[in-house]
Amino acid sequence: MRAAALLVLEDGTVLGGEPFGAEGETLGEVVFNTSITGYQEVLTDPSYHGQIVVMTYPHVGNYGVNEEDTESSRVRVAGFVVREGVEEYSSWRARKSLSRYLEEAGVVGIRGVDTRMLTRRLRTAGVMRGAISTVEKDPAALLGKVLASPGMVGRNLAEEVSTPSAYEWGPEDASFLVAALDFGVKTNILRLLAGAGCRVRVLPARTSAEEVLAGGYQGVFLSNGPGDPAAVRTAIETTRRLLGRVPIFGICLGHQILGLAAGARTYKLKFGHRGTNQPVKRLETGRVEVSSHNHGFAVDLSGLEALGGPLPPRGGASREWLLAWQGRIPRFQTPFGILELTHVNLNDFTVEGLRLPEVGAFSVQYHPEASPGPHDSRYLFGLFRELMEVNLAQV
Amino acid sequence: MPRCEDIESVLVLGSGPIVIGQAAEFDYSGTQGLKVLKDEGFRVILVNSNPATIMTDPEFADATYIEPITPEHVAAVIRKERPDALLPTLGGQTALNVAVELAEAGLLEEFGVELVGASVEAIRRAEDRRLFKETMERAGLALPRSAWVYSPGEAKRVADELGYPLVIRPSFMLGGGGSSVVFGPEELEEKVSWGLANSRIGEVLLEESVLGWKEFELEVMRDAADNAVVVCSIENFDPMGVHTGDSITVAPAQTLTDREYQEMRDDALTCIRAIGVETGGSNIQFAVEPSTGRRVIIEMNPRVSRSSALASKATGFPIAKIATKLAVGYTLDEIPNDITRETYASFEPTLDYVVVKVPRFDFEKFPEADPVLGTQMKSVGEVMAMGRTFKEALQKALRSLEKGRAGLGFDGGPESRLGLEECIRRLARPTPERFFLLARALELGASVEELARLTGVDPWFLSQMRQIVEEGKSLARMGLTPSSLARAKRLGFSDLQLAHLTGKREEEVRAARDSLGLWPVYKTVDTCAAEFEAHTPYHYSTYEEESEVRPGSRPRVVVLGAGPNRIGQGIEFDYCCVHAAFALKEMGYEAVMVNCNPETVSTDYDTSDRLYFEPLTLEDVLAVCRAEEPLGVIATLGGQSPLKLAKGLEQAGVKLLGTGPEAIDRAEDRERFARLLDELGLRRPPYALASSPAEALKEARRVGYPVLVRPSYVLGGRAMEIAYTPEELARYVEAAAAVSPEHPVYIDAFLEDAVEAEVDAVFDGEDLYVGGVLEHIEEAGIHSGDSAAVLPPQGLSWSVVEEMEEATRRIAAALGVRGLVNVQFALAGGELYVLEANPRASRTVPFISKATGVPLAKVATRVMLGERLRELWRAGLIPAPGSWKEQRHVAVKEAVLPFLRFPGVDTVLGPEMKSTGEVMGLADSFGEAFAKSQEAAGTPLRRRGRRVLCSLADRDKGRFLPAALRLKELGFSFYATAGTARALREAGIEAEAVKKVSEGHPNALDLILGGEVDLVINTPSGRGTRRDGYYIRTAAWRAGIPLSTTLAGARAAVEAFARMQQKGWEPRVLSLQERLGGKG
Ligand SMILES: Nc1ncnc2c1ncn2[C@@H]1O[C@H](COP(=O)(O)OP(=O)(O)O)[C@@H](O)[C@H]1O
Ligand SMILES: Nc1ncnc2c1ncn2[C@@H]1O[C@H](COP(=O)(O)OP(=O)(O)O)[C@@H](O)[C@H]1O
Ligand SMILES: [Mg+2]
Ligand SMILES: [Mg+2]
Repeated sequence: MRAAALLVLEDGTVLGGEPFGAEGETLGEVVFNTSITGYQEVLTDPSYHGQIVVMTYPHVGNYGVNEEDTESSRVRVAGFVVREGVEEYSSWRARKSLSRYLEEAGVVGIRGVDTRMLTRRLRTAGVMRGAISTVEKDPAALLGKVLASPGMVGRNLAEEVSTPSAYEWGPEDASFLVAALDFGVKTNILRLLAGAGCRVRVLPARTSAEEVLAGGYQGVFLSNGPGDPAAVRTAIETTRRLLGRVPIFGICLGHQILGLAAGARTYKLKFGHRGTNQPVKRLETGRVEVSSHNHGFAVDLSGLEALGGPLPPRGGASREWLLAWQGRIPRFQTPFGILELTHVNLNDFTVEGLRLPEVGAFSVQYHPEASPGPHDSRYLFGLFRELMEVNLAQV
Repeated sequence: MPRCEDIESVLVLGSGPIVIGQAAEFDYSGTQGLKVLKDEGFRVILVNSNPATIMTDPEFADATYIEPITPEHVAAVIRKERPDALLPTLGGQTALNVAVELAEAGLLEEFGVELVGASVEAIRRAEDRRLFKETMERAGLALPRSAWVYSPGEAKRVADELGYPLVIRPSFMLGGGGSSVVFGPEELEEKVSWGLANSRIGEVLLEESVLGWKEFELEVMRDAADNAVVVCSIENFDPMGVHTGDSITVAPAQTLTDREYQEMRDDALTCIRAIGVETGGSNIQFAVEPSTGRRVIIEMNPRVSRSSALASKATGFPIAKIATKLAVGYTLDEIPNDITRETYASFEPTLDYVVVKVPRFDFEKFPEADPVLGTQMKSVGEVMAMGRTFKEALQKALRSLEKGRAGLGFDGGPESRLGLEECIRRLARPTPERFFLLARALELGASVEELARLTGVDPWFLSQMRQIVEEGKSLARMGLTPSSLARAKRLGFSDLQLAHLTGKREEEVRAARDSLGLWPVYKTVDTCAAEFEAHTPYHYSTYEEESEVRPGSRPRVVVLGAGPNRIGQGIEFDYCCVHAAFALKEMGYEAVMVNCNPETVSTDYDTSDRLYFEPLTLEDVLAVCRAEEPLGVIATLGGQSPLKLAKGLEQAGVKLLGTGPEAIDRAEDRERFARLLDELGLRRPPYALASSPAEALKEARRVGYPVLVRPSYVLGGRAMEIAYTPEELARYVEAAAAVSPEHPVYIDAFLEDAVEAEVDAVFDGEDLYVGGVLEHIEEAGIHSGDSAAVLPPQGLSWSVVEEMEEATRRIAAALGVRGLVNVQFALAGGELYVLEANPRASRTVPFISKATGVPLAKVATRVMLGERLRELWRAGLIPAPGSWKEQRHVAVKEAVLPFLRFPGVDTVLGPEMKSTGEVMGLADSFGEAFAKSQEAAGTPLRRRGRRVLCSLADRDKGRFLPAALRLKELGFSFYATAGTARALREAGIEAEAVKKVSEGHPNALDLILGGEVDLVINTPSGRGTRRDGYYIRTAAWRAGIPLSTTLAGARAAVEAFARMQQKGWEPRVLSLQERLGGKG
């Protein structure tokens, strides 16, 4: 039998289990993900940088690991917590077991944990710092390390995971050339941009507006990524300077950056949204999209000036607030013209999408590229394409 | 969109009797649907012929019609009620078919009835395989290759093109009815003809076989705003080729990557949109080639289904309830999620546990049937279990089955004596034993790869099973230690398995566990994997850290449910348990339900205050009691499963409410019961007990032939037979029952020509409240569950009825009954005999309650908790004793038999119960009520056509004559086999002699199959032989011609004909509320 593993949370919760993956020790923000499928995509999603991910579905590893379902070049999570780590996998695409994959990636994990209890704790207390260790046997010592570790608020992790140098993606003869500011972009976003007719040049997070504008791009994409959006100051500034000069589309962290650039605030959610079953309503059509989420922060519109309706409560929105707009799309004044609320989450009414029609920019908090998750929201890539087309026609 | 304003009344169709392929799940969905419609303020009208359903309780609808679900009767209801809308998607295939027929006949249009939930076009696109194929192809979805044929000749041409094996599917059939796999040309013609005969439109599809592919199902919902969600994914353990209803199924899907799962989801949404189901739920089935991932769509059901009931229970997302709301105009994002309260239905549930459903088979009831599983459903019930892992859930499900198994092997099951080669040989074809054989093969060293190749079961499932097996082996070697015990419990091992593995007794294992503090914790089914708080205490057990059971504010009472449906125990017991929960709530207790049957109303989280989805074993129930600390447990309403636990629970210090184990034992132990009857001076048929064949023959001579033989202490009429001669008895005792001193047989004098009757009553220690007396239509010797019966009795004098009531009172008092009691009587030669007493809920409680409007199970629950009948009577909760005798309508119960599912099985009735369900015919006269019951049971007596074919056993020939004369009066013409024809002619009845099958053509069979006969009367003259009678009966079944196999049944049919064939007769429909008047 292998050595035991320990999981410790900053509130003093201690859980024992078996090692799953590499031996060692890891610290991070402990978050839970409720998706049943897609662990390989989750593991390789750069937005999980710095986080220890708890999977709520107990069996993890059933179909092994394959060569196609990765969202970046390597495993990104800081640690992995599962109830039942499965060794014997079955899938015609599988190449190896999940535990071997984790081990090779040097990622420390733990299995055999009452993940439901853990999830309930994170839900009531909010996400917490934590550690997994297969070497430290003393919970108190491990707790000490947890308490000494930095939290998520104020951390600019996007720049840590961004590409050091630019690279290109997609067909060379594409209709559009798009600059993607990389805060930890998922591969499937690049695939879908390419699918929408874009040649994408992926740029480091700190690329300046001038450099972008000099590149002759028909559109700019603001990617997803980890950490506190408010800390990514350079990119917020860059975005502000790009607004109105080129069509912009943002996803996740990119959405928060767009919001911040337009003058909105962001705030940290108690335990975030991480899963593939979240209902998002597109206010324009009334249609509900079942969507993929991975975020711990959200956009707060309460600091803006509302146009023809009440302001949302501080730190988010609510069903009552939305109802008070009587079916109209809530609008706000910003330095870049009108900001429209385009999508809301039907579980907690957080802002899921916004649009700055006057400057040709829009963004969503959730993941239309899915991976993992449902494909209900792929039309957004088409909207970006249309936006660029209209813009070209006007120029 | 809020609720539609242009509809005020809605007609809902139920699914009728429980049959294979259409079971209690439609009571569950229908009940949910009715609740929604009532809450929304609609006038609700219901048609359903099944009296054992909760949905037909008068309070669930404004007008409840217990009528046959046929176009004619539903049309009569429409004419009378003029509903604005018809909701056909809650009543299975039956309701859908009737709705389509009514629409096609123009009746809906004529009366301005709007079809809600699914349009006729959508139903056609889904159900008509041709339209389905076209629609799917246009939407870009792949199907197996296929072609339609209308004759065996055409089939041959197509088969040559597609190659073998092939799948045959008739259009418009449920539960895989008529579909089968053809392995070679030699089988083609027979199977195609069978399919053609079973299709409503004489069409079958020949389809490329995808045997061995992985089978998946998605449960999809869509609203009028075109929002669509997948509620649940289900993966079949068994590969394609085993009907999903017969397959072990697992939720969520286990072996799909997100990429494949999402593509399947895309296809499912494309499918529901293309079919055009505008609102409601659909079930979509897929096959996936394991080596390539190629995916084809198999079928879609545009309605609530068995799988959707399972998905609702598995996820906590109530599909039927939400489908109903969608049908009346709401959208998903307007419907609150009851469990979380803060979220809405427009999301996809996510699970943090694994659900395993295992079907239950009762092949031992049909020894001649082929137990190999195929594309036609053969299971009669199912259980579901939840655990945090597949292994735990699988083991829990297997011990829930009530088949004497304690989990996945390691319990001394029959396979434990088999060698590897034999296991492998038996695994070549799927049978109900396959998982035990797989476990045994793994135990003996077979590899996962080898077994996967052999059976088509995905290696993932097999490797999970292997982990259980490995642990079992190591436990057997190393014994129990604190850590191995903890590990074993996490793998789902039961105390019984551990006892078996380590040579201990179950109580010792439990004590060891207790000393370690090793008890299960209870997690909650919450639709969201704990992301939001759950407000509904819907629990399952597991071995982990944290338990979520909340302390109660009111005293709690545990109701033990009925477990899986099986032959001999259907929905009736669930009905009683649900009533107990309702009564407990009314009385201010918290009702805690324990059950493992996903098809039922009892396992709806709305029914009780707390629901434990757990196996009904002593171990699991004790654990629930430990967590809940109830005031007491009710074990006498759920039939055999909970009853068996009573003694153990009492010994473990749990308080049982109502009749205690001692009284139950005194009634069930035939010797003790006989002594009790003797003490009371009540008559019983002479009987004897024999421990050897020789003794049996000797004793039989003493009590006198014919005799009824059965093994001791076996319930549900299992392995019971009538022996008319010493030879027949010898055959039974030597072959069938293996008599020994440990396993003696009972020999009862068989009462010939006896009228059977039964009483259902509640006794409180002082007073007896008789619910009613049911007179059986078939004579004693036909199991009470299979016999048609009538209330009030038609042929018993009131003085005999009173004698029965008095006998019941004395038996109940002597046994110490507190609650329900059922006593079965036989009246022979003017004397009343007691056949048996059941101091518990009986199968007939719902029927009697429905016929009389008195909720007996609720009354019994109050009595069990200490209330007195006198008080209830004074408070107006029950009517005056004896008021059932004044009721004006006649209620006939008819049993529904599964013979069509089991080709090759003789259709004779006997003392062994074979029926799966029941229907009720309700009318002002016996003849009409009987006619309705026959129609509801699927073999309608004909309105026109007066040709009867008679073939009677010698002993019946003379006794048949009065009925024959009556038929003659009615203008019937007679066909008869030679002997019967002679007897008829001697009595002056003209009869055309027909040849027996063995005498060449044209013979009796040709007449039946050629549609030359309208009624068949055939009483069997022996058992188990393939004589002419067998062919005649089977042919009548297949051709759907009304068939009487008993004289009494024939007499009833004659009376019904007399009513129906009167000029101008039309079926008259009256609602239960109208019939019961103020009493309801
Ligand atoms: N083309 C096929 N090849 C092999 N097996 C099939 C095929 N089509 C159906 N089956 C099997 O037959 C079963 C019943 O078929 P299905 O179309 O689902 O009919 P039903 O209406 O009875 O549910 C399926 O569950 C599947 O196991
Ligand atoms: N002595 C008897 N004579 C005639 N029929 C009998 C006799 N005993 C039992 N039967 C018939 O057999 C059926 C089943 O027997 P019963 O004792 O009620 O067993 P179960 O426990 O299966 O209900 C009865 O419903 C009745 O029709
Ligand atoms: Mg099917
Ligand atoms: Mg009986």
